[in-house]
Amino acid sequence: MRVEVQQIPWTAAHEKLLTAFVGESLPDVAQIGNTWLPEFQTLGALEDLGPRVARSSVIAAKSYFPGIWDTNLVEGVLCGVPWYVDTRVLFYRKDLLKAAGVDAPPRTWAEWRDALRRLRARAGPGRWAILLPTDEWAQPVILGLQNGASLLTADGGDAAFRSPAFREAATFYVDLFREGFAPPVANTQISNLYQQFAAGDFAMYITGPWNLGEFRRRLPASLKDSWATAPLPSAAGGVPGVHGVPGVSLAGGSSLVLFRTSKRSEDAWKLIEFLSEPAQQVRFYALAGDLPARRDAWLDPILSGDAEARAFEAQLENVAAAPRIPEWEQIAQKIAEHLEPAIRGVVTVDTALLALDKDVSGLLTKRRWVLARKAAHAR
Amino acid sequence: MRVETRRGTPAEVRAALFFLAPGLFVIVVFFFLPIAASFLLSATDFDLYALADPSNARVTGVSNYRALLSDPVFLTALKNTLVFVLLGSPLTVLVALSAALLVNARLARAKGFFRTTFFAPVVTTLVAVAVVFRYVYHPRFGLLNRGLTLIGLPAVDWLGDPRFSLLAIVLLAIWKNFGFSTILFVAGLQGIPESLYEAARLDGAGRWQQFRRITLPLLAPTMLLVGLTRTIDYFQLFAEPYVMTSGGPLNSTLTMSLLMYKEGFRFWNMGRGAAIAFVLFAVILVATVIQFRVQKGGET
Amino acid sequence: MRRGVKRWAAPLGVNALLVLGAALTMAPLVWMVSASVMPTGEASSFPPGFIPSRITFEHYRDLFQRLSLGRAFGSSLLLASSVTFCSVILNSMAGYAFAKLRFPGRDRLFRVLLLGMVIPVQIAMLPLFLLMRSLGLVNTYLGVILPSAAGIFGIFLVRQFARSIPDELLDAARVDGASEWLIYRRLVLPLLKPVLVTLGVFMFLGTWNDFLWPLVVLTDDTKYTLPVALANLVGEHAQDTELMMAGSVLTVLPVLLLFLAMQRAYIEGITAGGLKE
Repeated sequence: MRVEVQQIPWTAAHEKLLTAFVGESLPDVAQIGNTWLPEFQTLGALEDLGPRVARSSVIAAKSYFPGIWDTNLVEGVLCGVPWYVDTRVLFYRKDLLKAAGVDAPPRTWAEWRDALRRLRARAGPGRWAILLPTDEWAQPVILGLQNGASLLTADGGDAAFRSPAFREAATFYVDLFREGFAPPVANTQISNLYQQFAAGDFAMYITGPWNLGEFRRRLPASLKDSWATAPLPSAAGGVPGVHGVPGVSLAGGSSLVLFRTSKRSEDAWKLIEFLSEPAQQVRFYALAGDLPARRDAWLDPILSGDAEARAFEAQLENVAAAPRIPEWEQIAQKIAEHLEPAIRGVVTVDTALLALDKDVSGLLTKRRWVLARKAAHAR
Repeated sequence: MRVETRRGTPAEVRAALFFLAPGLFVIVVFFFLPIAASFLLSATDFDLYALADPSNARVTGVSNYRALLSDPVFLTALKNTLVFVLLGSPLTVLVALSAALLVNARLARAKGFFRTTFFAPVVTTLVAVAVVFRYVYHPRFGLLNRGLTLIGLPAVDWLGDPRFSLLAIVLLAIWKNFGFSTILFVAGLQGIPESLYEAARLDGAGRWQQFRRITLPLLAPTMLLVGLTRTIDYFQLFAEPYVMTSGGPLNSTLTMSLLMYKEGFRFWNMGRGAAIAFVLFAVILVATVIQFRVQKGGET
Repeated sequence: MRRGVKRWAAPLGVNALLVLGAALTMAPLVWMVSASVMPTGEASSFPPGFIPSRITFEHYRDLFQRLSLGRAFGSSLLLASSVTFCSVILNSMAGYAFAKLRFPGRDRLFRVLLLGMVIPVQIAMLPLFLLMRSLGLVNTYLGVILPSAAGIFGIFLVRQFARSIPDELLDAARVDGASEWLIYRRLVLPLLKPVLVTLGVFMFLGTWNDFLWPLVVLTDDTKYTLPVALANLVGEHAQDTELMMAGSVLTVLPVLLLFLAMQRAYIEGITAGGLKE
């Protein structure tokens, strides 16, 4: 079987695939970000893989991290097979934590705040306990999910950022800045993240697997043993201190999908099965550094012997999907935009959430109409 | 425009139809028709849902336009575009005019060489040039900061710092475009009779006075042409920010064209994208009229 | 003494400024060429240098062998040539008709066309894409060529030039019994040659350099033009400065050479077209 591969840089892939859909020139198989699945599902571009998986000897839901598998279910339809995964964990400076009297990475929000307080007390002026870039939406969303917030209403038709659970999480997040644990800066104001981490400008940072390689490559050799990774702490409602049950993080990554227009869907499915074999997943990790979505691939020594990667494995046991609706990417941007003034103390958390709710609700006007229309048709 | 003096013979009219048909067909089908369609599209909420099922599109009248006016992201794009034009156009004209005066100076040597050199950036591929400038602007390894530090100025994170990113794109645009205006100015300068300057010198006019009294007024038509083409062109700024910053940091280089592209082809909010395009058109129209007025005012 | 100083100071000043301006203008392009032949990593070392420590063509080899930019080069060449050919034919026909053939409503029609010059092309883009979709032209070369096959600016340029053709010449040919097509082919086209060269160069450069439309219409990377392929490379190879510079040289060099070869005719055509009326 001959496979033609087309490389598209990540930044343009989304537009190119949508354009290809409109122009009816989609490929047979594609690797797409799992946050894009709802869009392509809405367009009816994706084949329901449920029946194929039921017959498959290679791919079965139980081989995958459940939270990751879940992201591929859009309105109950399996529209992709997870390929590699992305999630965020805590990167921290072991030496700085120890010097501040913190022996282990925090496991609960309470422990976390305590650790941050100690780190802050030891850090000099211009230094901070943690870096949380204000233009990233992932952190407040993760905190919300950890606290059991749903972000949107059940059908994804309206915003629910003023729910008590999200309000509490947002307050916790904003307070991290107001109490001086984190600097109120956006990514663009950080000139060199790695240099600053090495210099001890901040001791904690929440980020994803792409930074494993970067940290190893860019931090000075002398710091090799001074940093580590850990699963995220959990909110008060979580199970504190039990090994293997961290707080929830975001389920990200990319999936393999089969487009409905494919004329060679049998062959295309074989390709997906081949790429999903544990051995291929391990090879792909070795080549590109992307973490495998299958649990059994993690048994390979290349991963099981890697302490920093292991934190991701632990984290992947507890990840949750962001709302699976086509508008999510636009909504996510709004979250960061609206919380920023609250972080700077220009508005209160409640005012910010009110504005966020209003804005997002506006974005979802069309979706509500479409949902209502669908419901009317069903009746 | 010439007044028609004589009616064409039937054969001539038939021939005209034959000669015009293919060209006009292309222009009508691939330009005017889509524009009309775009106008209709801007009055609907055509989006991803409508793409999946056309019956999901609704006629929404002016609500796309109304929504734009209260959208902070759109207002940012509008502001950035205006700042870019207001900064870029006059600076480009200034640089172009200076270069033209130098090239056209009686004392200048190798005029052809300099004219060609100044024009070279105009023909270069914008995407390639934007790629090159990404490195020229690099905070640490870039040529520009190297130059700045050599003359004792502080290094700047040109594309990463929202205070400088738009300026960085203005500088690129000047570099890329001034040569075109320069050759128009040179042609305009060459059209000014030398005898006028001689007469002025006899009257004891200095260089500056010659420039004010003769060069500038006689260059006015060229000035209008250059100003108009620059303004219209700069309002449509797209590829530079697309390649260099994709509109960031913090939307500081987000232009109306780029926003239209994002709304249209990234989120498939086509109705909204079309509305942005028409607001852009309206802005360009207003700017064109203003330039004509200013020019007229200057003449009387 | 003072006069002596003045005699050499003024020319020196003017020419020094010209040299400075030319240096500033050329610096990015020179650096681009220089960095494209530097060994990997040298262009992003500190302090940044202008001169390669040794010259290597590995990045060009990479572009052709591994990243198949040769294919993109072919696409660009094909598209630019096709558009140039079509637009020279169609625009010269229409421009000539507007200038020299008499028919009712001619000037009004021309004025409507001119109005279109102020409309940004972006407006037409979204519906044009939907139109291309319904014509089945998305992801085809034809989808890029057709919209540029005739243009208002081209017609305008030709018309301005064609107006200088004496009516008597055409009428004499008509009296001799030549058909309108023959007059156009044998008499008008040769007379229009200077402006058609300008138009041709203009269209070739414009199509070669165009980015937005090919980006949207060509979805398949085997059809990408050079600018689209280059922008594509930025996503994956942004850190490989030398490679990116080699790609930029490959994209820019052909049009720069074309311009140098045709510059006299091209520049004259532009100034003439721009300044009339």
